[in-house]
Amino acid sequence: MKYAGLLVMPAGFFLSIAALVLFPAPAPRAAFVVCGLAVEVLGLTVAVRGHVEARGESRP
Amino acid sequence: MTPIAPSLIAPVMTDAAFALTLALLLLAPLAIAGVALINTGLGRSRSAAQALLGNLAIVAVTAIVFALVGATLTGNLPGTPGGAGHIFHLAGKPWNWLGAGPFLLGGLAAAPPQSQLALLFEFLAVALAAVIPWGSGADRLRLTAGCAAAAVLAATVFPLLAHWVWAGGWLAQLGVNFSLGAGFLDPGGAATVHVLGGLSALAVIWIAGPRKGKFPKEGFATALPGHNAVYILFGCMLALVGWLAWNVAGAVIWLHAPLAALPATALNTLLSASGALAATFAVTRIRFGKPDASLCANGWLAGLVASSACAALVTPGQALAVGFIAGIVTPLLVELFELAASIDDPSGAITVHAAGGLLGLLAAGLFAPQPGQLVAQLVGSATLLGLVLPLVYLLFWLLNRVVPFRVDPDGERIGMDLHELGGGAYPEFVIHRDESYR
Repeated sequence: MKYAGLLVMPAGFFLSIAALVLFPAPAPRAAFVVCGLAVEVLGLTVAVRGHVEARGESRP
Repeated sequence: MTPIAPSLIAPVMTDAAFALTLALLLLAPLAIAGVALINTGLGRSRSAAQALLGNLAIVAVTAIVFALVGATLTGNLPGTPGGAGHIFHLAGKPWNWLGAGPFLLGGLAAAPPQSQLALLFEFLAVALAAVIPWGSGADRLRLTAGCAAAAVLAATVFPLLAHWVWAGGWLAQLGVNFSLGAGFLDPGGAATVHVLGGLSALAVIWIAGPRKGKFPKEGFATALPGHNAVYILFGCMLALVGWLAWNVAGAVIWLHAPLAALPATALNTLLSASGALAATFAVTRIRFGKPDASLCANGWLAGLVASSACAALVTPGQALAVGFIAGIVTPLLVELFELAASIDDPSGAITVHAAGGLLGLLAAGLFAPQPGQLVAQLVGSATLLGLVLPLVYLLFWLLNRVVPFRVDPDGERIGMDLHELGGGAYPEFVIHRDESYR
């Protein structure tokens, strides 16, 4: 689950880059960059949850 | 006092500006010393000598590796001013993604003064970035692994990021290519040093795991307080001197700030740290009944980190507000990471450096007068979170296969000093028995 989260994060980065190329107008460009960041935060959340679950299973 | 307006064209540096910036850069290592002392104080007494030696070794390793490999890839070396590098074209725009400087600092003596100062700034920046994750791996990260991780950062990730931000890379060119303000702005190294260091700390913690006894099978996380509050708080004082020098020098080198604008940058740095300390003091006073010394130190440092991005770009009132927010967020995030995310971060680097740095970067965009600057700062932040963190994790995960990060259980039990150095930091002190090993 941690690795799945870490794989989602670059997708958010590429979404932000795509926004620069695809949207010349400031408003949609800003919105898509924010969406890219949101995807990254989602990926980070999944990775952190994966870490918590893994730690719970291996606690002494 | 008005914020500095970033200039895309570098003016010729006067002798006075060169002398001042060089003097400031000679004071900047005090920031590294401060962070090293804080890291050591927040660890346990039985690992103190290893912790401080590790900081010193990491500074040495990063200097050597950056001279051999990193400076070439950064591309801010003499003979390649502002933008030379490997470029590909996408959607009709140039994307400068990797520097192409001369090998082994060639031509340094003949370089323009601005390039020489930029190079010195980068040498100090990579050292500070690599010292940050070392503090988070305290009491279980092996010295060899810490040095190897520092070498990886200095040879790969830092040069990439430094080129993108400081040496005419695609993040710096966002303004020219996509009309996003003045491009991604990071004059004090909030992104290239602190967010990189904080995210590297997260990778180290995930790979090395928590200290033994930190998260018992049942109940809450065990508190493992730092062993020396004097080191921590004196480290904060040293860090202030280093940060003042760092931010002012960064404003001259990367923003081409006039000398008259520099006192405001220094004042904003102080105000940001002060606001953060006051806020953390109040939050911990309300939360625990008494102010917490180590959390207050974390708050102070978070204010300094946030100022790295925005001290040169905001007004004093805005700097105070940024510091205040950093000071409120810091103790709450430290608690959240420990209790809810099972992250054992003895130095609080993820909160202080990664979160504090991101806050500063966003503030620089939010308060900037030029249109599009906030989007440029958001794109830079997205690069750090979405590209740099997975990349650093992958590199450290591979490195861990070759050089195991975590010390063996016996080493953790007797302490890193005895295990790795053969002697303790405080030989005439009685070492207290650790209840978690019964």
